[in-house]
Amino acid sequence: MQSQERPFRSASGEPLALRRRQHSASCRELALRRPRLQLRSLSAVTSAVWLAAYGVFVLSENSMVLSAAIFITLVGLIIYLHFVKIDQESLLVIGSLGIQLTSSYASGKESTTFIEMSRVKDVVINEAIYMQKVIYYLCILLKDPQDPQGVSEVVPLFQSSQPRLDCLMEVYKSCQEILDQRKEAPQSSGIK
Amino acid sequence: MRGVRLQEVCCSSGIADMVLKVFFPSCCSSAESGILIGRWISEQNSAVILAVVHFPFIPVQVKQFLSELQRVTKVNVSVLGSWNNSKQEKEESLSEFLEDLGTIFSHEPWIQISKEGDSKFWSCSTLQKRSNNHREEEIILVYYDQRKVMLSCLHPPLDTAASTAQEAEDASRLSAIFDTVAKSKVLFMTDKYDDGPIKLTHWQSDGVEASIIVELMKQASVPTCMLLTFLLSLISGACKSRMLKFWPLSFLWSKLSTCEQLAHRLQHLQVISSNKKAQNQTQLMRKANIFVSLLIDVALGILLMSWLYRKNRIGHLADTLIPVADRVAEELQDLLQWLMGAPAGLKMNRALDQVLGRFFLYHIHLWISYIHLMSPFIEMILWYVGLSACLGLTVALCILSDIVALLTFHIYCFYVYGARLYCLKIYGLSSLWRLFRGKKWNVLRQRVDSCSYDLDQLFIGTLLFTILLFLLPTTALYYLVFTLLRLLVVIVQGLIHLLVDLVDSLPLYSIILRLCRSYRLAAGVKFRVLEQQDGKPLRLLMQINPLSYGSVVQTYRLPTYSCYPKDSWTSLCKKLFLGELIYPWKHKGEKQD
Repeated sequence: MQSQERPFRSASGEPLALRRRQHSASCRELALRRPRLQLRSLSAVTSAVWLAAYGVFVLSENSMVLSAAIFITLVGLIIYLHFVKIDQESLLVIGSLGIQLTSSYASGKESTTFIEMSRVKDVVINEAIYMQKVIYYLCILLKDPQDPQGVSEVVPLFQSSQPRLDCLMEVYKSCQEILDQRKEAPQSSGIK
Repeated sequence: MRGVRLQEVCCSSGIADMVLKVFFPSCCSSAESGILIGRWISEQNSAVILAVVHFPFIPVQVKQFLSELQRVTKVNVSVLGSWNNSKQEKEESLSEFLEDLGTIFSHEPWIQISKEGDSKFWSCSTLQKRSNNHREEEIILVYYDQRKVMLSCLHPPLDTAASTAQEAEDASRLSAIFDTVAKSKVLFMTDKYDDGPIKLTHWQSDGVEASIIVELMKQASVPTCMLLTFLLSLISGACKSRMLKFWPLSFLWSKLSTCEQLAHRLQHLQVISSNKKAQNQTQLMRKANIFVSLLIDVALGILLMSWLYRKNRIGHLADTLIPVADRVAEELQDLLQWLMGAPAGLKMNRALDQVLGRFFLYHIHLWISYIHLMSPFIEMILWYVGLSACLGLTVALCILSDIVALLTFHIYCFYVYGARLYCLKIYGLSSLWRLFRGKKWNVLRQRVDSCSYDLDQLFIGTLLFTILLFLLPTTALYYLVFTLLRLLVVIVQGLIHLLVDLVDSLPLYSIILRLCRSYRLAAGVKFRVLEQQDGKPLRLLMQINPLSYGSVVQTYRLPTYSCYPKDSWTSLCKKLFLGELIYPWKHKGEKQD
C-alpha cells in the first residue's frame, strides 16, 4: 500500500493537503484535508461576543445578558463544529464496487455517500461561472436508466474544500485509471 | 460495425468484471473448517456466503438440504467453496481434501479461503474448470454483519411486483445482497443444539434467541384484535344508522371537526385491529406508527384530563366562559357604536350607517340572550365534554376549536352579512358602470358587447350608479372590519388544527427506530478499508448507512384528512376584494363549491 501527500491550494487561497493511498490494484483513496479551526480566530470571536455582552450588561444592569452570551457562545461553537466545519473530504474508488464520498466534520461526525459502479457514467472536471469567477469542480455523472447515452444526475465533489485545477487534475487522473479498468471487459464473454 | 456493437453490448450490460467479490459474514471468522454455502450472483461476479457447513457431512444429505432450502426460501443457495481454518501449522492433507470436494460439488468458480492461526490476513483463491482465460482474478473480501443486514430494509424500496426483468437486472447490487440475506431467514433458524445431519455456523448458530415478552404479546394480540374488531364494527354500525343521517344532524356532523377527528381515529383503530398480517415493510411500519401515535395521543389526553380535573380547574373554566362571551359581545357593541359615529375620522352616510349598525346590534342582543339562557347548563356540559379528553389530545384540541367556533358564531354571521352586501354592491356597480359606458354583458357569448339603451334606462341606471357609488365607503368599511375579525378567528382555529395534524401525522415509531436501531432503516452502505497486506486480497468492511431523520419523516408520514388551502395569495386577495366568501379549511371528500 503506497501513500503520498502533496500540498495544494484551494480556490480561496487556503492550504490543502491531498493524500493518495493505493490499497490494491483497483482500490484507491484520495483524501483532501483542510486546515483545522485556529485557536486565534476562536478566541477573537469569543472575546468579541463577550465584550459586546458586557457592554449591554453595563447599559441594562441585567445579569441574564452575560449568562445568555455564554450559553449562545457554547451552543454556537457546538453547532459550528458539528454541522459546518468540514475537516476532511475523501473519495474512495473501488473498481467494480463503486465510489464512496466521505465528509468528516470537526466534531468527528462523518457523512458518507456510496454510489454503485453500475450507476456511474464518468468522472469529469466541469467549469462553472459563479458571479465574476470561473471555477473548476470535479463531478460524477450518473447514468440515466431510460436513456443509455444520457446523464440523469451530476454529483459535485469536494464542494467545501474547492481545490484548484492542479489538484483536480491529480484526482481526475487517479480516478480515470481505475474507471478505465472496468472498460477492459473480457472479449470472450461478449463475442461468440 | 458488428464488432463494435457487440462491444457496446458487452460494456453496457452488467459489466463482466474481472474482479471476484466475496461477501463473508463476520460471525463466521472463527468457525471451524468446512464448506461455504451461499448464493452466487453471476451478473455481478460476486458470492454472498450465508453459512459454513462443518465436517462430518454426507454430500448427498447436503445436496438434499440445499434443494429443500431453495424450495422454501426461493433463493438459489448452493455450495460455493471451502473454508480452511487451521489453528496450528498448515495441514496439507486437509487442503487437498478440500480441493477434492470441488469435484463433488461442482460450482464455477470454486472459492477457497484459508486462515492460518489468528492471522487477520486470509488467502483466497479460485479454481476454474473452464480455464480458457488464465488471467489472475483479483479478489475482494467484504465482511458484513449478518444480523444487521438481515434485519435492515433498504430505501427506496424496490417494488418487486412491478419491476420487469430488465429492471431487475439493472437493480442495485446491494439490494440483491440484502434480499438474499433477508430471504434466508429460515436457514438461520437451525442452531448447533439441533440434532440434524448438517452442522452449520451462522450468526444464530450459538442458539436461537427470542424474547418471552414478545412471544406472549404475539399470543395475546390475536384475541385482543378480534375483540377490538367486533367492538369497532358495532360502533361503526351505530354511526352509520339511519337515525343520524337526517338533514340537520348530518350537516352538524360535517361541520364539527371533532367528528372528523373521531372518524379518522376510528379508521386507524380498524387498520391496526385487522387480522391480516402486514404484507411488506411499509405496511408494517405504518401499523406500528399508527399504534404508537394512538398510544401517545391517549397518554397525553389522560394527562391533560388529570390536570383539568385536579383542583376543579374545569369548573373555573366554565365559570369564566360566560363572562368571556359577555366581554366579546360588549367589545363588539363598542366597535359598532364607533362605526356608527365617525370611525377614524371618515364621514359615513348617516342613514345607511344607522340601519346597518342597529341591525348588527340587535343581532348581538339576540346572541347574548341565548348565551344567558344556556348559562346554568354550561358547567355540566363542559364537565362531561372534558371527559372526552381521555380519547386523546387531538380530540381535546378539536373540541377546543369547535368551542371557539361556536362562541364566535356571531362574528361569522356578521362576516357573511357584510360580505354578501358588499358583493351585491360590487356586482351592481360593475353592471351599472357598463351601462354608463353603453355596454352590456352578453351571457351567451360570455363577453362585453355594446348596446344601445333608451334614454330613461340610461337616466335610471346613472342615478342608481351614483347612489351605489356614494354608499360604497360605508359598506366597504363594515365589510373590512368584519373580515378582519373573521380572519383572526380563522387564524386561531388554523393553529389548533396545525397542532392536531402534527400529532396525527408524525411517525414516532420510525423516529424512535432510527434513534435506537439505526441499522433497520438503511439509506445505503458504506465501506471501510481494513488493514491490507501485499499479496492478500483486498479487505473491506461493509456497514449500513442509516437514513437521515428528514427522509424518515418524509417516507413514513401518516396521511391526514385535511388539505391545506390551495389558493395562492393573489387569488385570496382577489376573492376578498370582490367580496366572495372564503372557506379556509376544506376537508378531503367535501364537494368544492
